[in-house]
Amino acid sequence: MTIHVHEQVHRPRVSDQGFDARTPKVRIYLMGKEYQVPNVLTIMAAIEYAGYRLVRGCGCRAGFCGACSTIYRKTDDYKLYSALACQTLVEEGMYLVQIPFVPAVKSLYDMEEITLTDNVILRYYPEIARCVSCNTCTRSCPQGIRVMDYIQASLRGNIARAAHLSFDCIQCGLCSSRCPADIKHYHVGQLVRRVYETRIAPKSPHLARRIEELDSGVYDEEMNRLMTSSLSELKQRYESRKIEPVSED
Amino acid sequence: MKMIRGYPDYMRESIERVERTRAERLKTPYPPMSLAEREVLLHRFHPDFREEQKRPIAFGPSRGLKVNHELANVIESHPLVPSTLNLSQVDYQVDVLIIGGGGAGTVAAIWAVQEGIHPEKVLIATKLRHGDSNSTMAQGGIQAADRENDSPLIHYLDAMGGGHFTNKPELVQALVSDAPRIIKWHESLGVMYDKDEAGNFVENPGGGTSRKRLHSAKDYTGLEIMRVVRDESRNLSVPVIEFAPAVELLMDERGQVAGAVLLNLETKEYVVVRAKATILATGGFGRLHMQGFPTTNHYGATGDGLVLAYHVGAELVDLDSVQYHPTGAAFPPQIAGLLITEKVRGMGATPVNADGELFVYPLEPRDVESSAFIRECYDREKGVITPTGMRGVWLDAPMIDMIHGEGAIREALPAMWRMYERFGIDMTRDPILVFPTLHYQNGGIAIDVDGATTVPGLFVGGEASGGVHGKNRLMGNSLLDFNVFGMRAGISAARYARQVEVGHLSLAHVDRYEELLKDAGIVTDRTSPVLLPEYRGKEALERQLDVLI
Ligand SMILES: Cc1cc2nc3c(=O)[nH]c(=O)nc-3n(C[C@H](O)[C@H](O)[C@H](O)COP(=O)(O)OP(=O)(O)OC[C@H]3O[C@@H](n4cnc5c(N)ncnc54)[C@H](O)[C@@H]3O)c2cc1C
Ligand code: SF4
Ligand code: SF4
Ligand code: FES
Repeated sequence: MTIHVHEQVHRPRVSDQGFDARTPKVRIYLMGKEYQVPNVLTIMAAIEYAGYRLVRGCGCRAGFCGACSTIYRKTDDYKLYSALACQTLVEEGMYLVQIPFVPAVKSLYDMEEITLTDNVILRYYPEIARCVSCNTCTRSCPQGIRVMDYIQASLRGNIARAAHLSFDCIQCGLCSSRCPADIKHYHVGQLVRRVYETRIAPKSPHLARRIEELDSGVYDEEMNRLMTSSLSELKQRYESRKIEPVSED
Repeated sequence: MKMIRGYPDYMRESIERVERTRAERLKTPYPPMSLAEREVLLHRFHPDFREEQKRPIAFGPSRGLKVNHELANVIESHPLVPSTLNLSQVDYQVDVLIIGGGGAGTVAAIWAVQEGIHPEKVLIATKLRHGDSNSTMAQGGIQAADRENDSPLIHYLDAMGGGHFTNKPELVQALVSDAPRIIKWHESLGVMYDKDEAGNFVENPGGGTSRKRLHSAKDYTGLEIMRVVRDESRNLSVPVIEFAPAVELLMDERGQVAGAVLLNLETKEYVVVRAKATILATGGFGRLHMQGFPTTNHYGATGDGLVLAYHVGAELVDLDSVQYHPTGAAFPPQIAGLLITEKVRGMGATPVNADGELFVYPLEPRDVESSAFIRECYDREKGVITPTGMRGVWLDAPMIDMIHGEGAIREALPAMWRMYERFGIDMTRDPILVFPTLHYQNGGIAIDVDGATTVPGLFVGGEASGGVHGKNRLMGNSLLDFNVFGMRAGISAARYARQVEVGHLSLAHVDRYEELLKDAGIVTDRTSPVLLPEYRGKEALERQLDVLI
């Protein structure tokens, strides 16, 4: 038996997307077919405008999840460009392909077993040693991250630098789809940051103390009183809270 | 239209007025409202008080709860699958099924394994990719009272007051008491929160918090937590099926939830999962676009969990209130509705009207702040009208660098800066235009402190649940929520799974639901859950042929 998924039109009355019948159109190519779309749309909105119901290639719609990796070229230009479909405006003559995901292998590790003595990153991702410094990864990164630099820093065992350089990575995989050395940059970045935070970054001094207090039940009595106090009592305590000023650093 | 650094020239005139009052605003703070003033403002301007936009749910355990028509519509719909579906072939047999691969689901999986369930006996089924979720999008931060001038008690008071004292006390107690432990857990997993050289967290205030309590990882806090817990769950080899949303829960003859029917979004085949315990971690409902508002939520946020839970008789609470985030982008139109994190105000940027006047305390709880923005734009008519007719107020971003030093925005808010830069606006130099946007499902499926519902075998964690935040959530409490209640649901589900016997799989509840619809006199061809919103171009749809290929 098959399920009949009823096509319902839950069309929201949302935002005018900023175009009407007079908005100039540009020509774009989706899977090689030509479509005319308003020139103010993002690539993602243009694909939908053209009639596609997105299933793959669409997540947050806001530049945070890396689901909408897109590769394209332009008319009379041999270069391949990359972008996030949800964050990039259409341009005349774009020839677009959506990449649903990059099937890069992630190494499995137990964080507790990791030590800094040998170069851990090299142990789990030995292929970083094969980087030929072509900089393709950096050029394809829609976040503007210096990807090659964080790979090189990882290779040299400069964990802190690699962790900070890679921090804004949304794991879209575009870098890894183009790397001649088949490096899995975003997985490397993930490991490097976890190693940095667990092995190098200083630990919070307050946290342990607060947890001890909680474990020893310091707050229990007062918490009970709060939880059982009357609404008016609670409101009164709420209104008399002291508010810490914003700028007091 | 002439554009100057991203703005049309008539908007520039208003920006000049904003610049003229900046020095004064840096010096003179605006006072917060009293509880009484808040009430008046909310009643007049908050969308929750627009009676014509809502109706009471017609049947079931939450009958009478007044919700937006968009939500009532998906509840008062026919289930997607018929009760006659052939369940004889079980595709997966697991101890713990987790529906939803966002923050709550992933945290639940890790803790179910910690609790002794073999990873192979856990299954995460999710609608899009693992991690495509609201969790990944959270920017501002997560609350935990760990500084010396703070305590779980103050956190408790803040959360209760923010929720208009409608939160369930025991859930709030669990939330605030687990908070420091969650941050410690994150530290041990390797979540890179912003810290100073001594290891102290950099903590900011948020709307409605009386202490600086918000831990952040630049403005990618949710992304950072999500990618670390996902990495951990991958290291544990927890199986995940992507692009396979649950379309109906399964029960057994004893009335226990016993798994789910999933839909393979590519082949449209259904998949039967038999499970001893089931966790709903499906997140929120922003993509139902209440009252036509744009939303900050991810593409899959269509409230499916509420529908699935209601089909099996679980109770829904506090869904009469919806959270509109005061600062959704209002310009340019390509990013309309997307979130401008509250951290922007937390770091000192103030809202200002078209004349450059500060008109509200910048860090009121969200519902209050949003109402003040709506009043400024539609009652006092002091908003800025964009070329496409949207209204908004300014958020004076350049103040941040003036307060914290040059480079502060680029350092602490790289995602925000990047988003505007992509559309030609430099927020270190110019203010940005904002208007409330649909952000968060305050209520949800009723749970207890263990994440258990009133239906045996069904657990809930995260945004899909209700009661933790009452009628209004404070910033930073939902990243906390998905960790605390994801963990609690994972542990309780694991314990439950160890002692339960599951009988024959059944969809009899679908028939009972159809009866309820009929008895309530609802005649409709709507079906739910919705799964994905509809954004295809009208022009294209009008010419589409409905043919079988
Ligand atoms: C833009 C934005 C910014 C935010 N900023 C903050 C912040 O700074 N601080 C804070 O505390 N909170 C913030 N929040 C709120 C917070 O991020 C969310 O409430 C929280 O992450 C929800 O976690 P969750 O796991 O419950 O849901 P989600 O993370 O949304 O995960 C739900 C998952 O379930 C999947 N799913 C849905 N339906 C089905 C189905 N039928 N079958 C299978 N899978 C399904 C979804 O695709 C998704 O992957 C923000 C939210 C947004 C949208
Ligand atoms: S693309 Fe690969 S080989 Fe080239 S610089 Fe980047 S990591 Fe090195
Ligand atoms: S580093 Fe690679 S995976 Fe990360 S955002 Fe850049 S291109 Fe995408
Ligand atoms: S859809 Fe998430 S980055 Fe574009």
